[in-house]
Amino acid sequence: MAYSDKVIDHYENPRNVGSLPKDDVNVGTGLVGAPECGDVMKLQVRVNPETGVIDEAKFKTFGCGSAIASSSLATEWLKGKTVDQALAIKNTDIVNELALPPVKIHCSVLAEDAIKAAIADYQKKREETKANEPVGAQSV
Amino acid sequence: MKLPIYMDYHATTPVDQRVLDAMLPYFTQDFGNAASRNHSFGWAAEEAVEQARKQVADLIGANPKEVIFTSGATESNNLAIKGVAEMYREKGNHIITCVIEHKAVIDTCKKLEKQGARVTYLPVQKDGRINLDELRAAITDKTILITIMTANNEIGVLQPVAEIGAIAKEKGILFHTDAVQAAGKVPFDVNQVKADLVSISAHKMYGPKGVGALYVRRRNPRVLLAEQISGGGHERGMRSGTLNVPGIVGLGKAAEICKAEMASETERLRKLRDSLNEKFHKNLDEIYINGSMEHRLPHNLNISFAYVEGESLLMGINDVAVSSGSACTSASLEPSYVLKALGAGDDLAHSSIRFGLGRWTTQEEVDYVVDKLTNVVRRLREMSPLYEMVKEGVDLSKMQWVAH
Repeated sequence: MAYSDKVIDHYENPRNVGSLPKDDVNVGTGLVGAPECGDVMKLQVRVNPETGVIDEAKFKTFGCGSAIASSSLATEWLKGKTVDQALAIKNTDIVNELALPPVKIHCSVLAEDAIKAAIADYQKKREETKANEPVGAQSV
Repeated sequence: MKLPIYMDYHATTPVDQRVLDAMLPYFTQDFGNAASRNHSFGWAAEEAVEQARKQVADLIGANPKEVIFTSGATESNNLAIKGVAEMYREKGNHIITCVIEHKAVIDTCKKLEKQGARVTYLPVQKDGRINLDELRAAITDKTILITIMTANNEIGVLQPVAEIGAIAKEKGILFHTDAVQAAGKVPFDVNQVKADLVSISAHKMYGPKGVGALYVRRRNPRVLLAEQISGGGHERGMRSGTLNVPGIVGLGKAAEICKAEMASETERLRKLRDSLNEKFHKNLDEIYINGSMEHRLPHNLNISFAYVEGESLLMGINDVAVSSGSACTSASLEPSYVLKALGAGDDLAHSSIRFGLGRWTTQEEVDYVVDKLTNVVRRLREMSPLYEMVKEGVDLSKMQWVAH
């Protein structure tokens, strides 16, 4: 099967490979997929608490070239977006950008799931932090 | 060294120049129909076919009269299994095979099941070999055929065919073996194995595609087959159709060359394969060999590079032709059923690469493949969340994964 030039480019020069400190309250981590299915994506975003804008995104992916390219592209797109804008990214956007063939659509779905999971994790942490704030203000 | 490097000799092999030279006259000059009994064109074709029959018979220790030419091993497997099922229907309807057989055997058995046959699919042990006690236990008074491959096409594991043949003989059951990957590569003798039916293919042993053979035992017992292709009654009535004379000549020549060069070629390939294996183990941790190393074709290696996915590995070595058991490289989007049957876990099937060495593989190529693949594995592991988690001490098997 032939890969599109964009998939090859992301595979050979993946953007934003790496990890962010997952205990950081401003970092959301999404881990989706399963080893026995042949793909696992870890996608992380860091949101600037002042602006609400994603200022850093990192990924690590176990999967085929299209899965690597989908997550690499997702991190590129996430930077500079607000949380709401990030949630608006659709797997079909990724399919179109990378010219993924039908058998590889699940890679883009996984990338969308990873984005949503990362943001949900960030939002959950924020909620917990807020809930804890009054407690933290009191003397223990 | 010429790129790309071909290291996928289990899939197919190039035609040896000597084979091609032997074939060429039969396209244009000696083009006769081997069934034309009354002129010299027919006689020349028939003579060439009979010589090829002898060359094939010599390779497997058979009598030339026991060799039937077919269009390839898929047809040979179909003819052997369906032919026996139909011919011996009165005697019984039970067939024993195993889960890692080639699809040409498994799907043939499945089709027969739909038509009322009973089929036992023996599991394999961790080393890829069947358990002979399980084979004995599976035999019933309705069992008419045991069909177990000699060597597996993915993991190169050799089944204990001589022991299987002895059990079949003792019980009066016919024994068919798909010897496509083994014939011409390692010694194989129909009498030593006590095989009644043996499938072989030309294009796996440096002959042309589209031609194969089925060995059909003529004595002790005389095996009968119901024809699956009806017509002019060629090939002792077992396989009608005008003989593919150039192809058959190619198969014969290929068999002759394989037999003559087997001893030295086996040793040469074993050294190269072992070198490939040792170098990978020296360079990388967490790599796993799939299947027995002891009972294995000398030119096969099948390794899982844990925490990296097979298709992404292949993408990184695009000037090397190998294959992977990963789901992404298969049409069915399922990981290799052979590797799954070993019980090592689907994740290792996704990470597997099959190396098939052959007549033109060199040490220089082996070294290139090791270097290239080592670099890609290291690069992809740096990118792998699984590798990162394992290094952090996470037990992946205890994780709750969100399957999709």
